This record gives sequence, C-alpha cells and structure tokens, in this order.
Amino acid sequence: MVTSRSDNIFNAVIYVFLVLVAAAAVFPLLYVVSMSLTPYSEVVKNGGFIVIPRKISFEAYERIFGDPALGRSMLVTLIVTAVGTLVNMILTTLAAYPLSRKNLRGRTFFLLYIVFTMLFSGGLIPTYLIVQSLGMLNTLWALIVPGAIATFNVLILKSFFETLPEELFESARMDGAKEFRILWQVVIPLSMPSMMTVGLFYMVGHWNSFFSAVLYITDTNLYPLQVVIRNMLLLSQSSELQAEVTVPTAAMQMAAVIAGSLPIIAVYPFIQKHFTKGMLLGAVKG
Amino acid sequence: MEQPANLQTQTTKPQPKAPTGQLRKAWADLWKMKALYIMLIPCLIWYFIFKYLPMYGLIISFKDYNFSEGILGSPWAEPWNKHFTMFFHSPYFSQLMTNTLLISLYKLLFGMFPAIILAVMFFECRVSWLKRWVQTLSYMPHFLSWIVIYGISIAFLSETTGLINRWITEAGWNAVPFLNSTQWFRSILVSTEIWKDLGWGAIIYLAAISGIDPTLFEAAKVDGASRLRMIWHITLPGIRNVIVLLLILRIGSILDAGFEQVFVFYHTRVYEVGDIIDTWVYRTGLEQMNFSLGATVGLFKSAIGFVLVLGANKLAKKWGGSIW
Repeated sequence: MVTSRSDNIFNAVIYVFLVLVAAAAVFPLLYVVSMSLTPYSEVVKNGGFIVIPRKISFEAYERIFGDPALGRSMLVTLIVTAVGTLVNMILTTLAAYPLSRKNLRGRTFFLLYIVFTMLFSGGLIPTYLIVQSLGMLNTLWALIVPGAIATFNVLILKSFFETLPEELFESARMDGAKEFRILWQVVIPLSMPSMMTVGLFYMVGHWNSFFSAVLYITDTNLYPLQVVIRNMLLLSQSSELQAEVTVPTAAMQMAAVIAGSLPIIAVYPFIQKHFTKGMLLGAVKG
Repeated sequence: MEQPANLQTQTTKPQPKAPTGQLRKAWADLWKMKALYIMLIPCLIWYFIFKYLPMYGLIISFKDYNFSEGILGSPWAEPWNKHFTMFFHSPYFSQLMTNTLLISLYKLLFGMFPAIILAVMFFECRVSWLKRWVQTLSYMPHFLSWIVIYGISIAFLSETTGLINRWITEAGWNAVPFLNSTQWFRSILVSTEIWKDLGWGAIIYLAAISGIDPTLFEAAKVDGASRLRMIWHITLPGIRNVIVLLLILRIGSILDAGFEQVFVFYHTRVYEVGDIIDTWVYRTGLEQMNFSLGATVGLFKSAIGFVLVLGANKLAKKWGGSIW
C-alpha cells in the first residue's frame, strides 16, 4: 500500500487519543481511592494530597464505617434497591406486555395515556403534594412508589416483546395456556436479556438516587446512602471541625465517595453489554 | 382509573340481546383479552395517581394554596394570574431563563462534538481489544451518581486540597476557587457533564456509523481515498441525519438543564449564574413553602417544554421522513 505511512500515523493518533479517553475516565477514580488511603502524616509531610502516597492507611474507612449513620444508610439503600427494583419490574412488565400485543383493543389510547406523561408533567410541587396526601412522607415507600414506572423502560420492554414471533403465542394458546401463563412461562424466559437490561437500569437508578430522599425524607434514620455522602461532603467543606487529626477530613469524604460508587464499579464490567443494548433499543424506538 | 371504568361501560353495553354483529364481536374480543386488561390495571392506576393527579394539582397555580385547606379548598388567586405576573415581573425571571438556556446550550454544543469525534475514533480503531477496553472504561462514569461526581470534583478542584489547585500553586499561581466562583460555575457544570456522558453519548453515533453501507468505504479505498477523506466524505455525511435528529430532540428538552447536577453543585454564592428553573421551583415551593408560586413556575416550564417537544418531534419526523 502506498498510503501505509500516513495510515500508521493515523492509527497512532487514534490509539493515543483513545488511551487518553480511557485514562480520563479512570484516573479521577483512582486518585479518589488514593486520597481516601492517605494518612494525616503523609498530608503534613507533602503539604497536601499527592497522586501516589508513600504510606497508606485504611483508617478513613474504619472511621466512616464506625459511624452507624453510614451503615444504616447502606441498609436503607439496599432495601430500597431490592424492593424498588422488584416493584419496578413487576409493574413495567405488566404494562409492557399487553401494550406489545397488536390486537389489543384500545392499544393506541393506552399508549397515548402513558406517552403523554413524557411530554407534559405536573412537575415537582404537585407531585410532592400528592405524595404528601398519600401519607408517604418519611417512609421508604416515598422512595419506591412515586418512581415505580419509568415510561422509557416500558417502551424498551414493549418493543422487545413485539419482536417475539406471533406463532409462539398461537401455539401456546393452542396448548390451552392463559395470558398470565404465557407471560410468565413463555414471554419472560425468552426476553431475559432485555428484562435484565431494564432491571439493571432501575437498579442503578435506585442506588444512585438521592433527590427523592431530599424531597420526601426528613427523618435522618431513613436517609439513603447518597444523601449521607452528600451531607459528609457538604459538612466538612465549610469547616475542619474534626478534633483528632489522625485522619484527614478529605480522606474520609473520599472514602465515603468510594463506598457510594464501589458496588457499581465492581459489577459494571460484567453488565456493561446489557446497558449498551438497552441504550440502543431505546434510541431506535425513542 | 377512569380508563378501566370507561372500558366497562363499553363492555356492558353490548350484552343485551340481539346486538349487532359488530358489537358482539367487540365484546367477544374484549372478553377474550380480559387478562391483558387486568394486567394493565395497576399501571393505569399508577399513571393516574402519580402522573395525572399532579397535572390536575397544577390548578394551585391559579389559587392561593394553603396547607390546611388543601388543593380543592384553597381560595382562587385574585386576580387569577397573580402568580404568573408576579413571576414574570420579578428579577428572577430573566436570571432563571438565562441560566437555564445557557447551561443547556453549552452542554449541547460542547457535549455533542466530542461524542461524535469519539465515535469516529472507535469506528476507525483497528485493534479490537483496545476498542473494547476503551469503550467499557469510557461508559463507566455514566453510571456514577452526581453526588459521587461532586465528590470527585472536590478531590480535584477544591481550593485547599484539590489536586489541580496544588499543581497551580506549585507553578507559582494563586489557587482558583473553581467550585465557589461565579466565573467557573457553568464551566464546571459543562465539563463534569462531559466527563460523565462522553463515552455513553458516543454509543448512538457509533451505532449509526456501523449502519453505513460498507461498500462505500471499499469503493473509496479502491479509488485511493485516505482515511481522513473517508471520514469527511463518507462517515460524517452518513450520520448527518442522526446528528440533526438528536440535535432537534435535544433542543426540544432545552429547559432541562440538569436538575440533579445543578442541585448538587450549586450553593448561595453561585445562584447568580447557576440557579435554573427547576432549582428555583424547588426552593420557592418546598423550602419557602410558597407552593402556588412554585407550581406556577413549574407549569410555565412544563407548558413551554410541551410545545418545544411537540415541535421538535414534528421537525424530526419531517427531517427523518425525507431521508429514510
């Protein structure tokens, strides 16, 4: 090839660029880890935090996990994530399956009924008033029920169900299966990949969610993890009140940040392909 | 709930004797599918309570809502558009609109091009393991919460302990209060957003590029086109429609400047440049308990958003229709 020289340069530019992109995505997290492991003595010696500390200590983690507030908030988040995702999946599937059946009478109307809420919404204040009047304030239900269905996910799942061949349903019905059984024993097993995708979207959403707690929860015992982390970040931003100086405040903050992101980072590589697929499914339909 | 009720009135009608054949068939259809309707009921109820009741609750924009009398009992505002005029004449109006639109536009402009470039690079990358690794790593930040990302920005940008400020002071300059200054606030919002969604945003462009007819590239290669020329004459024109489509759709939601992100990053000192419609609604409605005014501004945003989204969809269809 005549162009091989310029081709090589071209390739090199791309590889360097891509490696830089990957580094930009990963380095901030690694630095946060390094900060969380830096003991106070190192901070004093170097006059601040550096990228690779000489000595490390896990004291910041011991300290934040010694605080009952963090453990409790993790439990809250785990409960909300588990129960919330289950509720999400049940309601979303029950909505998506009938809507995927093309011979359902009134299908257009039902679709409009749910899609309209993507175009227009009552907004924050009226929703708050509804949740309040349902008596959900300061209960974990407020973190689960108001967000129980994401219209976008209903549409993802519906469009997947639509790709299942019609003969499948006919033969199942021929065998005398009723709709609930068809859904449970035929449709769901065959749709596992997309069910996973939607379930993971919901799950990550619950783990990361903090705003519904800011809105609906004032009882500190019911704070989810992200809210507790936020409070830690805000608190010691303004003051260095910590009396003992064996652990720098910033190290404890960063330890909390790691606690809030580690579960996702740990499982992320294994579930990444599901997310990408879901994104594309949604994009094609949306 | 209205919907299932409607259905039932429909379904009971055909039952009397000697209905026309059509009605009988309709009834038979509904009956055959009763299980499907039963499945739909929870979802219909949920949408009614958590989506349609709040829309109805927007009438408090025209009332003087107070706690004890509730949505229905509260007296009507005098005059009816009191809260609207109050908002439009307040100094907040122009500030909120400016901030919301600017932050949104900056994110749109500065977020889109890097994502497109990254997608092209992914496509041009001939080493599949490298491509896979970089893809996996670059999508990851998308799944972190804004709280975590705020923590990371403190690690880098804090005036006292931040790494970047350490480098700046070591170089002999003064530390920059990135997170606390009106000068930097919007740039911080835009750059953290880019960090979070660069890789994720590239997915859709990459999918579009992969859909381009490969014979085009082969033909160009035979003709001796360089790879840069192929990018310019095949790849980019090939995804032009997708780019325009996404641009239109994004403009449809231009009033959403990223509520959660701004909420996590902003504070009193940067309200001037960072306060957006959503955050103002939250503070006015739920912190100052001025429910009616908050709902009014919420309604204002929803209404404009509705028109924009409909317009954008129409445009997108028109554009898409002429090409596909």
